[in-house]
Amino acid sequence: MTRALDEIKIGGLGSSRKRVEDNRFIRGRGNYVDDIVLPGMLHMEILRSPMAHARINSIDTSKAWEIPGVRLVLTGEMMATRNLAWMPTLSYDTQAVLATDKVRFQGQEVACVIADDPYIAKDGCEAITVDYEPLPVIVNPNQAMADGAPLIRDDKENQHDNVIYDWEVGDKEGTDRAFAQADLVSKLELHYPRSHPSPIECCGSIADFNRATSKLTIYLTSQAPHLHRAAIALVAELPEHMIRIVSPDIGGGFGNKVPVYPGYVVSILASILLERPVKWIEDKTGNLISTGYARDMYLHGEMALRKDGKILAMRMHADSDHGAFFSDAQPSKFKIGLLHSTFACYDVPAAHLTARGVYTNKAPGGVAYRCSFRVTEAMFFQERMMQAAADDLGMDQAEFRRRNFVRDDDFPHRTPFGFLTDSGQYGKCLDVGLEAIGYSDFLKRKEEAKKQGRLLGIGISAMTEPLGAGNSREYDILGVKMFDAAELRVHLTGKAILRTGAKTQGQGHETTWAQIVAHELGLPAEDIVVEEGDTDTAPYGMGTYASRSTPVAGAAVAMVARKVRAKARKLAAHLLEVSEEDIDWELGRFYVRSSPEHGVTIQECAMAAYSNMPDGMEPGLENVAYYDPPNLTWPFGCYIATVEVDPQTGVWDVLNVVAVDDCGVRINPMIVEGQIMGGLTEAYAMSSMQFITFDAQGNCVGSNYMDYLLPTAWEAPGYELHEVVTPSPHHPIGAKGVGECATVGGPAAFVNAVIDAIKDTGVRNIDMPLLPDRVYEALTQRHDVSGAPPVKTDD
Amino acid sequence: MYPSRFRYEAPRSIDEAVALLHQGAGEAKVLAGGQSLVPLLKLRFAAPELLVDINSLPGLDYHRVDADGTIRVGALCRHADLERSTILATRQPTMAAAARVIADPIVRNRGTLVGSLCHADPQGDWASVVTALGGYVTAQGSSGRRNIPIAQFVTGPFQNALAHDEVAVEAVIPAPKGTVAGGYLKLERRVGDFATAGAAVALEMSGAVVTRAGIALTGVGGSTIDAADAAHALVGGPLTADSIGRAADLAAQAAQPRTDHRGSADYKRHIVRTFVERILTRVAQPTERAA
Repeated sequence: MTRALDEIKIGGLGSSRKRVEDNRFIRGRGNYVDDIVLPGMLHMEILRSPMAHARINSIDTSKAWEIPGVRLVLTGEMMATRNLAWMPTLSYDTQAVLATDKVRFQGQEVACVIADDPYIAKDGCEAITVDYEPLPVIVNPNQAMADGAPLIRDDKENQHDNVIYDWEVGDKEGTDRAFAQADLVSKLELHYPRSHPSPIECCGSIADFNRATSKLTIYLTSQAPHLHRAAIALVAELPEHMIRIVSPDIGGGFGNKVPVYPGYVVSILASILLERPVKWIEDKTGNLISTGYARDMYLHGEMALRKDGKILAMRMHADSDHGAFFSDAQPSKFKIGLLHSTFACYDVPAAHLTARGVYTNKAPGGVAYRCSFRVTEAMFFQERMMQAAADDLGMDQAEFRRRNFVRDDDFPHRTPFGFLTDSGQYGKCLDVGLEAIGYSDFLKRKEEAKKQGRLLGIGISAMTEPLGAGNSREYDILGVKMFDAAELRVHLTGKAILRTGAKTQGQGHETTWAQIVAHELGLPAEDIVVEEGDTDTAPYGMGTYASRSTPVAGAAVAMVARKVRAKARKLAAHLLEVSEEDIDWELGRFYVRSSPEHGVTIQECAMAAYSNMPDGMEPGLENVAYYDPPNLTWPFGCYIATVEVDPQTGVWDVLNVVAVDDCGVRINPMIVEGQIMGGLTEAYAMSSMQFITFDAQGNCVGSNYMDYLLPTAWEAPGYELHEVVTPSPHHPIGAKGVGECATVGGPAAFVNAVIDAIKDTGVRNIDMPLLPDRVYEALTQRHDVSGAPPVKTDD
Repeated sequence: MYPSRFRYEAPRSIDEAVALLHQGAGEAKVLAGGQSLVPLLKLRFAAPELLVDINSLPGLDYHRVDADGTIRVGALCRHADLERSTILATRQPTMAAAARVIADPIVRNRGTLVGSLCHADPQGDWASVVTALGGYVTAQGSSGRRNIPIAQFVTGPFQNALAHDEVAVEAVIPAPKGTVAGGYLKLERRVGDFATAGAAVALEMSGAVVTRAGIALTGVGGSTIDAADAAHALVGGPLTADSIGRAADLAAQAAQPRTDHRGSADYKRHIVRTFVERILTRVAQPTERAA
C-alpha cells in the first residue's frame, strides 16, 4: 500500500495554493527600492530634453550649483571625461547616458542633480539653462527613410542614413513560385502602435559605493540582476566581484526593467564620486517618455491561397521604428527578434520575410512588453491576416484556421521560418473555444441583430509562441549565453531554501518554485523559502522576462531537486541498510522495494545528511543545477471575443471573452489564470485605448496616465477561461511558458471582432487602438483607418 | 513629481481664509479637494507661493435644498456626496446623472463641485451642468459676498471671475418653476479620462410643454459652451422628434471642437448631436424624466 503524500495537500504541482508573497504585499509590507533608506543618502533628479532633436550649444549649470543642498551636477561633458557619456546597448548599438552633442528624443537625459532631498534636486534641474538649436524631427519610418532626411546618428562613423539594419529570412524563390500558383492573393497592411509596459513602480536605483571596502552595492529595479551586474562591470569597468546588485520587491516589470538606463549609470558614478548612497527614483512621466517602449512596427504582407482554403505561402515586410538608439532588449541572433515565429501554428509551405529597422527621434527601448521579443507583432499580424484571408475566400474564419493548423501528429514541426515547434493540440483548443462561446448560436444572433440595425461581431485569435529563451546556441546577451541555475539547500529539519537567478516581479516565484520542489521531493511547499534577486547569494541566471522563468529557471528547480533526491536516496539506502538499487521512491518517501512498509521520509534523509551520514559521504544536502533548455517551449492560446458596436457612436462593448490556453502542465492553476486575465486586460487595453504617439515636433502624447490609459476594473471585460494540457516533451515537468500568451494573442481577438461587426462596409482594417471615433469613421466613411491617432491636426 | 516650495496655511474661518488670500496678493491658491491642483503642483505647472487649504473651514461640506427648491452645494461638498445624494436623485436629474460619471471613485471621494467650477477646465463636467441649469456661484472676499452667474464665472479655459482675495463658498441652482427633466452624457475613453465630448441638458416643463431649457457642452471648445440657441429651440412647445432634432443640430453647431487624439472635430460634433438627441428622446418618454 502506498504511503505517498497527497501532492495537492502538500502544495505540489496542480495546487492552487495562495501566493505566499501576497502576505506582505496586501499588508503594505513589501520592500521596494524606494522603501530603502540608507544613512547619508542623497537624491538624484534628471533634467530631460524638452525637444525631440536639437543641437546642444551650451549647458550652464552654475545657478544649480549655488542652491544650498545641491551636492553634484553632472552633464554629458563631465560623464565623457570618465568615458561614460555613452554606453553600449543590448543590441550592439550605443546609447547616450547624458547628451553631449545633440538630444535625439523628447525626454532624453541631459543633466543630473544630486542633492540632500529630491525637492532640492528638482530645483537644481530647473536652475540649469540649456541652449538648444532645434533640428528637423523624424517621427516615423517613412520620414526616416525619405531622401534628404536629417541624419539622427551623426555620432556614428559609417552611418550615412537612418537605417539600422535590413534583414531577411525564409525562402524567397520558393515563396515566389508558390505565389505564381495561387488562386487568390490576400493582402493586409497595418501598424502596431507604440505602447509602454508601464509597471506601476517606475525604474530606480540606489547606488552605494563604500570606499573602505571598495564594494559597490546597487539596489535596483531589475528583472535580471546578474545581467545588470555583468553590464555594469563591463560599462563602468568595475571588478564584478565588488558589485552586488540587490533587486528587492519589484512592482511589475513587463520587460521595462530589463535594459540598463542612464539613471542607473549616473547614480553609480555619483555615489563613487561623493562616497555616499545616491537614490534615483524615476517619476511616471520619466518612465513613460524615456524608458523601454514596445511595438511601433509597420507590417504588410500577402498570403497566397488555394481556393479550397489551403495557405500556399506568406510574404511579409516589417518597418520597425526603434527610436534614437537601437537598444532592443532581446537576446536572439535575429535582428528583429522572433518576428519570424509568425504563422508557427499553421502549415505554410513557403514564406519570406524582410525587415528594416530605422532610427527616429523617439525614445529607444524596443522591450518585449509582456512578450517574447517581437512575438506580439508577429501573432497580431498573423491573426489579422487570417481573418482578412478568410473573408477574401468567403470562408468561415474558424474553419479556415482549422484547415491550416499544424496537425497534432505533425510534431516536432518545422515552421516556415525555421523554428521547431514541440507539441500542441491546436484544433482541440479551437473547438473548446468555439463551444464555450456558442459559435454557431452567435452567428445566428448576429444575423438577427443585423435586421434591427445592431452590429455584432466575433473575433478569433489563435497562436503558438516561442517562449523560454534560450537555448544557449541561439540566444545570448552580449555574448552571455541564455540559461539559468537553481540552488537548493535542505536544512537538517527538512526545511529548505531555494534560490534561483530569475527574479519575480509579480509572477509568484516564491509560491510556484516551492511547488516544483514539493513535487520532486515531497517536502511541503510551505517548508521551502524561495529567495531571488541578490547577486551575492543567488546562483547565476538571466532573469525573468519573455515567459522564460518556468521554461528555464523552473526546469533548473526541478533538476536541482532531482540532484538532491539522488543524494537523499543514498542516505535512505544507508538508513534502511539496503543497497540503492533495492529502494523505490514515492512522493516524500523512499522504501524498500521488497518490503514497502520499510521506508524513510525525505525529512529523515535530511536529518541523516547532518547527523548520520555513511562513512566517506560528504555531509549536507544541497546542490546547484544549471539548465540549458534543448528548445523553446511552444504554448498555444485560442482567444475568442464577441462585441457589439454602437453604429451611432462607434463605441464598442465586449460581450464575452473566452480564452483557451494550453501551457502544458500547470504548476499553480490559480496563478496561471491570474496571468491570463492580466494578459487579456493588457490585450484589451492595446486594442481599445492605449497608445503613445508623437506630434510633428516629436512631442510625446502619452506621457502620463491621463493620456496613456490603463484600463480599470470598470472597463476590463469579464473572461471565461478554459484549458487544454499538452505537456512539453522536453521540459522536466512538462510545463511551458504562459505569462505572455494572452497579451500576445488577445489583441487580434478584439480587433477581429470589431472588424467582423462592420465588415459589410468593406472595411478590412482599423489600426489600434480602436477608439470610438476611428470605428465611427470606418463605419460611416467605409474606408480603412490607418496609422496612429492624429494629434492636433487642425491647428 | 516634487512641487516647488510653497507656504501652507489651513485657516479655521472664511474670514481668515480671505485675509490670507488678501496677503497672498495673487500668488496664493485655494486648496479644496486638490484633485486638479495637486497634480499641477507636482508637475510644477502651478507654483503658488501660498496654499490656503480650506478643508478645515467648518460648515461648508453641505448640499441641501431650500423650501422653494433651490439647491445649494457648499465648497467642501465632495463629488461622492452628490453621487449618493437622495436630494439629487429625486429632484435634479441632470446633476444626478453627472454625479455618477465624474472622474473615478477615488477622485470623487476628494474632489468638490465648487472646486471643479473654479478650476474651469473646458473638459470639466460640472461647469456644463451648472450652465445648463442657469446656476451661480457665491463668492466671499474682503469686500463681502456676491453672486456670480455661471456664464460670467467661467471666463475662459482655466480662468474664473474670482478676485484674488475671494473664496467660492457655494454653488446655487435656482428653484425650478415646473417639473424638471434632463440628463448628462459624456464619452470618455476610460473611467477617469477627460471627456471626449459631453452634453448636459436641463429642462423645466409644464405638462408636456418645455418652459425652460438649458443645454451646455463639455470638452468641445476652449471653454464650457452654452448652447443657448439649441435650448431656445425647445422652449414653448412639447418635445417632438422635430424639435429634438433641431435642438440636437443647433447644439452640434454650437460646439467648437478640435481634432486631437481623443477624436476628430467632426466626430466630436457628431457625438454632441447624438447625445443631445439621446437625452431628449429619453426624457420625451412620459415615464422617463431622467437620462
